[in-house]
Amino acid sequence: MATGVFSEGRAKIAERTLRTDRWWLQPLITFGVLFSFIIYATWRAFENNYYFIEPLISPFYSPCLSQSCAPGSSLLGHLFPIIHIWGMTFSPALFILIFPLGFRMTCYYYRKAYYRSFWMSPPACAVAEPHSKYTGETRAPLILQNAHRWFFYAGLVFNVLLTIDAVLAFRDKHNNWGHMSVGTLVLLANATFLWFYSLSCHTCRHTVGGRLRNFSKHPMRYKAWTVVSKLNHYHQQFAWISLVGVWLTDIYVREVATHAISNWYFF
Amino acid sequence: MARTLKLRIWRGDDTNGALQDVTVDANPGEVVLDIIHRVQATQMGDLAVRWNCKAGKCGSCSMEINGRPRLACMTQVSAYGEDETITITPLRAFPVIKDLVTDVSFNYKKAMEIPSVEMPADLKPGEARMQQVDVERSQEFRKCIECFLCQDTCHVIRDHEENKKSFAGPRFFIRIAELDMHPLDMLRNRKKQAQEEHGLGMCNITKCCTEVCPEHIRITDNAIIPMKERVVDTKYDPIRWLGSKILKREDLIQN
Amino acid sequence: MTSPKLDRYKYDVVVIGAGGAGLRAAVEAREAGLSVAIVCKSLFGKAHTVMAEGGAAASMGNVNDNDNWMVHFRDTMRGGKFLNHFRMAELHAKEAPDRIWELEMWGALFDRTNEGKISQRNFGGHEYPRLAHVGDRTGLELIRTMQQRIVALQQKDAKEFGDSEKFIKVFAELTITEILKDNGKISGAYGYWRESGDEVLFEAPAVVIATGGVGKTFKITSNSWEGTGDGHALALKAGANLVDMEFLQFHPTGMVWPLSVKGILVTESVRGEGGILTNSLGERFMFKYIPDVFKDKYADNEAEADRWYLDQDNNRRPPELLPRDEVARAINAEVKAGRGTEHGGVFLDVSQRISAEVIKKRLPSMWHQFYELAGVDITKEPMEVGPTCHYVMGGVEVEPDSAAAVGVEGLFAAGEVAGGMHGSNRLGGNSLTDLLVFGRRAGMGAVNYVKSHGANPVSESSITKAAARIEAPFARTGGENAYALHQELQEVTHNLVGIIRTEVELVEAIEKIADIRKRSANISVAGTRKFNPGFHLAFDLDNMLLVAESTAKSAVLRQESRGGHTRDDFPGMNSTWRQVNNIASFDGEKVTIKSQQLPVLPKELFDLFDVHELEKYMTPEEIAKGGSN
Repeated sequence: MATGVFSEGRAKIAERTLRTDRWWLQPLITFGVLFSFIIYATWRAFENNYYFIEPLISPFYSPCLSQSCAPGSSLLGHLFPIIHIWGMTFSPALFILIFPLGFRMTCYYYRKAYYRSFWMSPPACAVAEPHSKYTGETRAPLILQNAHRWFFYAGLVFNVLLTIDAVLAFRDKHNNWGHMSVGTLVLLANATFLWFYSLSCHTCRHTVGGRLRNFSKHPMRYKAWTVVSKLNHYHQQFAWISLVGVWLTDIYVREVATHAISNWYFF
Repeated sequence: MARTLKLRIWRGDDTNGALQDVTVDANPGEVVLDIIHRVQATQMGDLAVRWNCKAGKCGSCSMEINGRPRLACMTQVSAYGEDETITITPLRAFPVIKDLVTDVSFNYKKAMEIPSVEMPADLKPGEARMQQVDVERSQEFRKCIECFLCQDTCHVIRDHEENKKSFAGPRFFIRIAELDMHPLDMLRNRKKQAQEEHGLGMCNITKCCTEVCPEHIRITDNAIIPMKERVVDTKYDPIRWLGSKILKREDLIQN
Repeated sequence: MTSPKLDRYKYDVVVIGAGGAGLRAAVEAREAGLSVAIVCKSLFGKAHTVMAEGGAAASMGNVNDNDNWMVHFRDTMRGGKFLNHFRMAELHAKEAPDRIWELEMWGALFDRTNEGKISQRNFGGHEYPRLAHVGDRTGLELIRTMQQRIVALQQKDAKEFGDSEKFIKVFAELTITEILKDNGKISGAYGYWRESGDEVLFEAPAVVIATGGVGKTFKITSNSWEGTGDGHALALKAGANLVDMEFLQFHPTGMVWPLSVKGILVTESVRGEGGILTNSLGERFMFKYIPDVFKDKYADNEAEADRWYLDQDNNRRPPELLPRDEVARAINAEVKAGRGTEHGGVFLDVSQRISAEVIKKRLPSMWHQFYELAGVDITKEPMEVGPTCHYVMGGVEVEPDSAAAVGVEGLFAAGEVAGGMHGSNRLGGNSLTDLLVFGRRAGMGAVNYVKSHGANPVSESSITKAAARIEAPFARTGGENAYALHQELQEVTHNLVGIIRTEVELVEAIEKIADIRKRSANISVAGTRKFNPGFHLAFDLDNMLLVAESTAKSAVLRQESRGGHTRDDFPGMNSTWRQVNNIASFDGEKVTIKSQQLPVLPKELFDLFDVHELEKYMTPEEIAKGGSN
């Protein structure tokens, strides 16, 4: 039975949409970029190599928690034993990537992005979606989107660790302090972008003050809420910048680790 | 400096209809509603269209212009190219009555399902005290002019007629948010109701409602997502739930 | 054509019009246990009340505690040039605060003071900051609150009786064409669904008219299509009177450019917040137009006017804040003298003295309106404004306490459609509270009437007559075009009954209106009954013609200039004319006007004024009497 814009009683118009602009462009770009990132990230997560070269560590592998980690890369020790599956060593990235991945998957911005571009639900505003049924986020698995806050908390821990990574990068190859390289800047920028992304998050906004009924009784939290609200305005931008940031940071570390380029030191 | 405008206007009713070509003059500075009025006065005396204030304040002249839900009084003709044909249809999420007029009674039914504000029983008129910072969030939602463009563009009901019974739509999510953030409202189960009765969980925050809102109410960021987070507080946060039991603080899940 | 369906309903009260006044009347009647039909031409919640921007005047004294009902009463009488019905102005001033507080209890969220009370702002003609407001969308807040109050009552009924429409039902998009009378009293109302063209009969012993204004009679107006004077005409035809229909308020600052927004209001708060008016020479011209009666309240130099924004106790107000009629006339005079803008207006500028951020915060919808509708950024450039027909002070003659229409048992009127409250000129902000105060009183009036009189069945002959009138335009072919006649009428009123009037022009207008009226009897309509705007206009036009006739005939009689009535041939106020109301009535053929003495100000109200002030308005004999006892 016809549903949606072709339902009984609605104006009889044959087109799925009468939009004349290039409404498909935005979802296409989003799809392209996100899909490329997924391919790259998957490959890198399984590559299990070139993620650490003193003093730099790739954000894909930090914190490195497996006994298989490259020597010196494990800031928090070795929580997991070496596991072999089908003759391959289980990559340490796979122990941790669920957290940043989960944070982004359940993020209120990315949800919009992938529901539109991957799921086409809807592909663009006022463009009929191809699905005959829709239940939104009311049942499994999408009801798990409600776990966003837990991934947000985990994301904060990661931000701390990646910030420490950036601080550790103020060393030279021999772990002497007081040096700074392009890699230091790259790691610093990455951590900064991630902080902006996390702090501008809708859950963060809710937690610091959004859940209150009366701001006037909590002036400090109101202040915090105002600041986070301002950041929240740019959450989409921070989401993209930080994603590209992580991507480029990993590429940089890998390039240095494979000795394709050298990490240039300022001092 | 008048220009000649090519239009396609959908004419018909709930049984049949088609786009009809019209050519009409347009003056500089005119909006689409002016053009429709000119067509009405000179070529199609019985062309049905709803409108009232013609100033973007009443939300009556909602229709779809080149496939996008818009207020005809807020759509400048100059935004379209010289050779462009402007296609005008009724809202496509609601049953059509005639020409550009649709039956929007769905929205009034939904309004009836949202419990009204419940002020403290012992509060006397004139004694209410509220701080500006506490009313501002709700005030944003009260800017709503009920044009129902957000309802029209929302794919949950636009693309799925069957969802209409279980989904209130963005306009009523901001109404629920308005009341849930009202400094004096006493009703405490709005979050649960929003999720269980009004279909908040159906929303997949694709933000089309925010994009079409002529009042620039940030429906998704300021109402729907905060409400979703409040729902998590009440329904999906085990630690908060445990805390509320142990500390005997109901406000942790129902502020 | 097959004969259309007829829906029959029985209610205790039918309220025509779902703006602030109509809804407030409905709430009152429901709360007294009566059943109410609310009828509106548009969708529910779209009434013209949404257009009110500045605020609702009520002397709550939240910002300046010197304010009280007596000061408000004085301001209202002064603004109306003492032609107001004193009792209406008194009731309004006394009851307005309660009506505002009541809105708050129903969910309205006004802007707040630091103490958390309802904030109040300055407005033209009001001595103290008095207007409760929400940014510049106060009307929207009011209509939405009332709409939601109706819904709340319906929800209660649903819970209690299992039927949300047991006591209140909203009939949206329905036009009333006739108020029915049987046995010399109201028996109901008759009309048609705009959507289907099917006819509707309401049997009800009481009818409340709350249909708002008449702006569509004029070419440049801030009113929507609904402002066609339906209630004025329905009341006239039912045997009620219209009082002082010559008084129309031309809002001084309507947009004059671009075309698409011509007529749309620029709220007075733009001036309240510091906007100044200049002509094409760059002169701030308002200083030249301060009338003698206002000399002690308004600054005559720029320096003092500017200081007022910072220190209101020790400086006189800027002349931009003079009552609307004064400002409208001043702008009109500047334009006529050739000092207007290219599009026939003057400049209104806020950009020079207020920062962009403050403008966007204090006047958000104005900024929005200009930016989106006209591409003008008011934080950077001036607006082009000129007078636009905004409000009709005249209206149905009512008993102040019950809002009962004089001369028709069972008929009530409230809001803009009722006359008397505002005299010859309405103060900004008094309209919204007028709706609430007299909406409630009309509701109460209807309740008392229904309780004491009971039902009054409609006779079949009334129904047949009403039905025949609806069918008539379809029966004709090749007759007059309603759109063309409407335009012709607007030209006549604009050119001959506009902001400045003369006897010669008014006489000409009366003839022309009579001619259009004659031709309008021959209107034919194309298409079917289904949502047919041509058909709808045919009925609206009939109402507008009666209104225009009443206005022109009242205007030609009143040989003076006062408030919203300016005669080029009689430029000053005349104390003798102040004692007289023009009362219009309709005999089925034509409108006739008779003079009627205004009630004398009672002593306790008389004494609220300084005698020297009253001398500007009253004759020495009246002063000597010192009010009635």
